[in-house]
Amino acid sequence: MALPKYTEPHYRIWHYFYLFICSCVFFFLIAPLFVIFPLSFNAEEFLVFSDGMKRLDPDAFSLRWYKDMIYGTKNPWGLAAKNSFIIALFATLGSVILGTVAALGLSSRHMPYKGIIMAALISPMIVPLIISGVAIFFFMAKVGLAATHTGIVLAHIVLGTPFVVITVTATLSGFDHSVTRAAASLGSDPVNTFMKITLPLILPGVISGGLFAFVTSFDEVVVVLFLAGLDNTTIPIQMWTGLREQLSPTILAVATCLIILSTLILVTAELLRRRSERIRGINR
Amino acid sequence: MSSETKKILTTDGIPLEESLKKAEKKNKLKAFLLVCPLLLFLIITYVFPIGDMLFRSIDDRMVTDMLPKTYKAMEKWDGKDLPDEEVFKAFYLDYKKLVEEKTFGKLATQLNYEKNGFKSILKKLKRKMKKFEEGNYKEQIMGVHKRWANVEYWRALKRRAPAYSYSKYLKGVDMYENEDGKIVQVPEDRRVHKILWVRTVEVAFFVTVLCFLMAYPIAHLLATLPMKYSNLLMICVLLPFWTSLLVRTASWMILLQQQGIVNDFFVWIGLVSDENRPEMMYNKTGTYVAMTQILLPFMVLPLYSVMKTISPSLMRAGKSLGGTPFVAFWKVYFPLTIPGIGAGCLLVFILAIGYYITPALVGGASGTLISNQIAFHMKSTLDWSFASAMGLMLLTGVLAIYWVYNKLVGVDNIKLG
Repeated sequence: MALPKYTEPHYRIWHYFYLFICSCVFFFLIAPLFVIFPLSFNAEEFLVFSDGMKRLDPDAFSLRWYKDMIYGTKNPWGLAAKNSFIIALFATLGSVILGTVAALGLSSRHMPYKGIIMAALISPMIVPLIISGVAIFFFMAKVGLAATHTGIVLAHIVLGTPFVVITVTATLSGFDHSVTRAAASLGSDPVNTFMKITLPLILPGVISGGLFAFVTSFDEVVVVLFLAGLDNTTIPIQMWTGLREQLSPTILAVATCLIILSTLILVTAELLRRRSERIRGINR
Repeated sequence: MSSETKKILTTDGIPLEESLKKAEKKNKLKAFLLVCPLLLFLIITYVFPIGDMLFRSIDDRMVTDMLPKTYKAMEKWDGKDLPDEEVFKAFYLDYKKLVEEKTFGKLATQLNYEKNGFKSILKKLKRKMKKFEEGNYKEQIMGVHKRWANVEYWRALKRRAPAYSYSKYLKGVDMYENEDGKIVQVPEDRRVHKILWVRTVEVAFFVTVLCFLMAYPIAHLLATLPMKYSNLLMICVLLPFWTSLLVRTASWMILLQQQGIVNDFFVWIGLVSDENRPEMMYNKTGTYVAMTQILLPFMVLPLYSVMKTISPSLMRAGKSLGGTPFVAFWKVYFPLTIPGIGAGCLLVFILAIGYYITPALVGGASGTLISNQIAFHMKSTLDWSFASAMGLMLLTGVLAIYWVYNKLVGVDNIKLG
């Protein structure tokens, strides 16, 4: 982006102004996340930087909120974390299986009414969560699955599949179908072909779709608010309650852990995306 | 004769055309069968529940079920003068049963919605009813209170006869059906829902505009920088995208609070004095700032993926043909990015219009949106049919935009990361 030497002064000024605007926007995007990090080590109970913290006094920092998160009495975070992981894992599994199979059908060129069906399968991602929440709550209450893990998992499969369908169809769009025909001509049955040929090739797309489904479930609060009973509390529900009632630094400790988790997921997703692009032969 | 001999046959003697059609049909079925499990799953757990919601929003059988005999007797009543003895007797019997079952309170509440003053005369009737004698119920009921002799109340009762009604939808736009069966607006001071609809669209619109204004330059920078720098900067976009919504909302709650860092900064640069720090949270400002930051990645990613495909030589060609950089940008580059702008704006608008969590946490009373109202009726007033009606009105709007999005962008072009 270096400017050529002959650039006129007012374009030069404009260019630096443009870079300044861009830095402001990047700052706006990323800076809020970094506020949480130092404040979660605050030794005091307030959610502002104490004078000690501004002077970088070691006594002003402590791990007490992390201890509170793990060992605190009457602490909901342990149960919430357990529930969140269990629900997210099963929801991911369901989404990945249903979504991948559907994506295989959708990317076949013989698929009838492709546009309409695709639009319908993606719709849970577009429909406001509050509407999905209300509708699914009525349904689960009717079939007796409200306030159960099963009910929440089913609801999260609904919300997670669109991501799997999108990522896997995107991966399959660059897929060379002659390899499956080659496998078939060599005597392999369709299931075997899928397991040995197709799946390994589209695996990066499947996993990254799975990551999306996992994060969607792990972070989902609106539908769970309607569905969850006391035993089904999840991390987002606890955070929601905490943020509504009283912002305690323990929430910031949890938030820091969640940021670390999302960083890990981001790195994995990015590596997978590059791998999948390499496999599909997209050179950028 | 001659045309049949010309047909190409396969080895089994079937015409090739037919055999191909058969194979095509089989392939179609195969593809469809693969989609079937998910489709069925969604129909059962998603489409059916939304249909059920539609049913719930128009379902008005509560009153009808509580007064079965009355409505049966009322069928013959023309609604002009007071109904005859038969209706009064049926009403007496129905109401007596409700009093015995102790569910008459529900009826009183429902009928009071229809006409003010119903509750008190129903209560009075309940007290006096114990001394009623057999026969001539019309006289006896009318003797309880003079309003029972007023035909308006009986008309109001008859209006609740249909098992299905669209009154909840009218309520959602601050209207109702008055005594003459005309649809009119509620008094000015009670028009709460219209304000919310307008605010929701307004917030969604301005958040979309703000996102666009912020996303365009950085998407351009990301698309034109060399790979090694742009990958690094891309993390700034993707990390918030992958981070929990609640975490991001929490960080804005910390930043925007009165003793928060943003206010500290304003005091430090001398924009405001320490004593009158502005309230930036629990109002519209909070909703705008937080929603813009949270939805920004959804604008950057589609813009970036379109800009990435625009060759830099086009801008150079524009300049070499005598355009200033601004002209070259406006005439060459900008028109090419319009598909990305459309995709990003529609996506952000759709997401913003149904936002719930962030406005609920940082919006306060003046920054809440229609979703919050739906949640309020689901959780607090328990008027589920009204919540369903509002939800479906919102859904109709969203699906309309989704349809446009599908036409313009195509759902298979949604980019994730």
